[in-house]
Amino acid sequence: MPHVWEILRRFGRPETAAPGADSVAVAVLDGVWFTFRVAMVGLVLGVAVGLLLAVLMQRSRLAERGLLPYVVLSQTVPLVALAPLVVGWGGRLRIGDATWQPWMSVAVIAAYLAFFPVAVGALRGLQSPSAHAVELMRSYSASWWQSLLRLRLPASVPYLVPALRLAAASAVIGAIVAEISTGTRGGIGRLVIEYSREATADPAKVYTAFLGAAALGLVVAGMVALVDLLLSRYRPAEAHS
Amino acid sequence: MTAPTPRRSWLNQRVGRSQNVDSAKIDDGTPAVELVAVDKVFAAGRTGEVTALVGVDLAVAPGEFVTFIGPSGCGKSTLLRLVADLTEPTAGTVRVNGKTARQARLDQDYGIAFQQSGLMDWRTVVRNIELPLELRGWDRRRRRDRARELLELVGLPEFADHRPGELSGGMQQRVAIARALATGPRLLLMDEPFGALDEMTRERLQAELARIAAETGATVAFVTHSIPEAVYLSQRVVVMSARPGRVSAVVDVDLGVRTEDTREAPEFFAKVTEVREALRGRRSPSVAAFGAGEER
Amino acid sequence: MRDRAVRILTPLAVGVAFLAAWEAFVTVQRIRPYLLPKPSAIWRQLTQNRSDILDAALATGSNALVGLVAGSVLGILAALVASRFWIVDELLIPLAAAVNAMPIIALAPIFNNMFSTTSTVPRRLIVTVVVFFPIFVNALRGLRQVAPIHRELLDSYAASGWEFARKVRVPNALPFVFTGLRLAASLAVIAAVVAEYFGGVQNGLGTRITSAASNTAYPRAWAYVAAACALGLVFYLAATLLERLAMPWKRTALAG
Repeated sequence: MPHVWEILRRFGRPETAAPGADSVAVAVLDGVWFTFRVAMVGLVLGVAVGLLLAVLMQRSRLAERGLLPYVVLSQTVPLVALAPLVVGWGGRLRIGDATWQPWMSVAVIAAYLAFFPVAVGALRGLQSPSAHAVELMRSYSASWWQSLLRLRLPASVPYLVPALRLAAASAVIGAIVAEISTGTRGGIGRLVIEYSREATADPAKVYTAFLGAAALGLVVAGMVALVDLLLSRYRPAEAHS
Repeated sequence: MTAPTPRRSWLNQRVGRSQNVDSAKIDDGTPAVELVAVDKVFAAGRTGEVTALVGVDLAVAPGEFVTFIGPSGCGKSTLLRLVADLTEPTAGTVRVNGKTARQARLDQDYGIAFQQSGLMDWRTVVRNIELPLELRGWDRRRRRDRARELLELVGLPEFADHRPGELSGGMQQRVAIARALATGPRLLLMDEPFGALDEMTRERLQAELARIAAETGATVAFVTHSIPEAVYLSQRVVVMSARPGRVSAVVDVDLGVRTEDTREAPEFFAKVTEVREALRGRRSPSVAAFGAGEER
Repeated sequence: MRDRAVRILTPLAVGVAFLAAWEAFVTVQRIRPYLLPKPSAIWRQLTQNRSDILDAALATGSNALVGLVAGSVLGILAALVASRFWIVDELLIPLAAAVNAMPIIALAPIFNNMFSTTSTVPRRLIVTVVVFFPIFVNALRGLRQVAPIHRELLDSYAASGWEFARKVRVPNALPFVFTGLRLAASLAVIAAVVAEYFGGVQNGLGTRITSAASNTAYPRAWAYVAAACALGLVFYLAATLLERLAMPWKRTALAG
């Protein structure tokens, strides 16, 4: 494994031997930016689907019984296999004038990974209020919707934040692996594979790609920490040992 | 600690604990519990300082049953925790059995029971009672015998191998009391142990506690917010008031041996009234000077 | 009794309905197999390639198991250290969070380079790293979330820190560790399968999936996908079973 300073130096130098090639730093940053945007789309989609499922499962015991096992099971399906298929399906879809872009398949896969922690975490959170609190809302003759907004959603914040953390990390991982499986160009996943092929000749380069991917993960984690801070009003007092 | 110790584990030696079943009997008139000029101030976060207790002077004689009663914020629980060395006074001294509170805790001179039973749901009932004995290094046979003996005492012998989750609140509290008695301490500290129970169970447990205290001759410091409970159980009721927390009156209760009919006796009601008046701030003539008996 | 029946039948009914709808959809719409094969075709492939599926599952499964055990042990040890020494806690938590935020799977090509092409170590390493974080976080949370009353009780017994850890902290943390284990079990399988995608020995489920797909034998590819799902499910159920065995008291709480 190359020394750390060798890796850092590699960032500065050109990507390939071709004339006029950008430095590795630029290439990695471009890749990271691309993957970041795709992962974000996937995250938002996954969070939306996860929340919807959680609300549905909280509302109906039957839905919970019928769907929850499959929500859990969904995560046992390996991404690798799905990726080319999603691309194939996307190719057949046509929403009005827009055609399916390859990055959309990547976003869908990222969403697939992200929805699970949100669905499970949100469900636990929505079910977390004590029986007393629920009865109180009933005594106010609050509708299910009102009690969702005023009781269950705020109560689920302490569960949602760790779920969001997991979902964000999963979305990034999903995006990177999906980029690799689908061969989508432009993202950091592609760079990891390309650079790893040259690993014997140029050992430092593949580590630059990894560092870029790692940095992406950290940025996303930082964003979730920010969300946590903004929602800290809803967090109960921490239990100290 | 003058009794011979059969075996002292390395750990027990390190923390200066003894393995005696009974703490040494002090016959020289030393109070079981003595507080002198005790203040306790909490430096609470956002709300600033909280004066929980100020100028507390108190002594409890060995074998005495003393109850602390008062409105919330009067510091009665804090007082108990000072005696237990679970917190330290900001000023003044706390002595238990003639030693510092800390040494008394290290020597395991007291058993404590809280309002929640604090049973561990991963242990069976009998193993919950054995917990303090395990920490003292008792061997299995001895621990098991003692625990079963205590379960008999509190009336739950058939629940030995059940889990706490299977017991009702009252039963859990009885197990907690059995645990507090496990090492046969001469001092029992109890912080509203019956607070979460219904009235019938409370009365029954009060009777059992009174019996156990009389039989073992233990000193008991009991915190409650129920006046009849205080009067039924104790020989002295220490009335406290809040803002700042302090002792405002002491009521002597001499009702003799407690029976089923004690709660119906006119003397009982008279004492309840007396305590109630003291709580309201109207001092009654029988308030004794602070201190153990007439020695101060 | 009836509640249990409903609990098992409802998801089964949903599953059967889903499969039926899938079969009908593919048949009616005449979808080509490379897009979406019929469940019946997948089933046929499953039964035909039974022994090969089992071999591949064993290979992937053993990688997952080794990584799961290694990652769990490390995670628990780290949590014990972090809970005992506050300083370590402050340092380790952000570090572990950072490591977990990184796409571990991107390490796969790097690990593959570090070891020989026939080694299973890189895959097992990946699984270990992936499993470490959920176990560590959950174990730490369990070790720290001690009920104040238990703390006070053991203070009143003048218990040493070591005794407190042994008698209260560790048993108290068990439910949390098992929560983490259930999650880590399925993660381990996924990580093991995905790690195979980056080259190395071609003996696992992941490699079979990609080779079947590149040979356009899509029903067979899906059959291996189904096997991978089943493997993940087996791991998850095993973790749940372990939890039930280790914590028998969890089911005896009184209602209400």
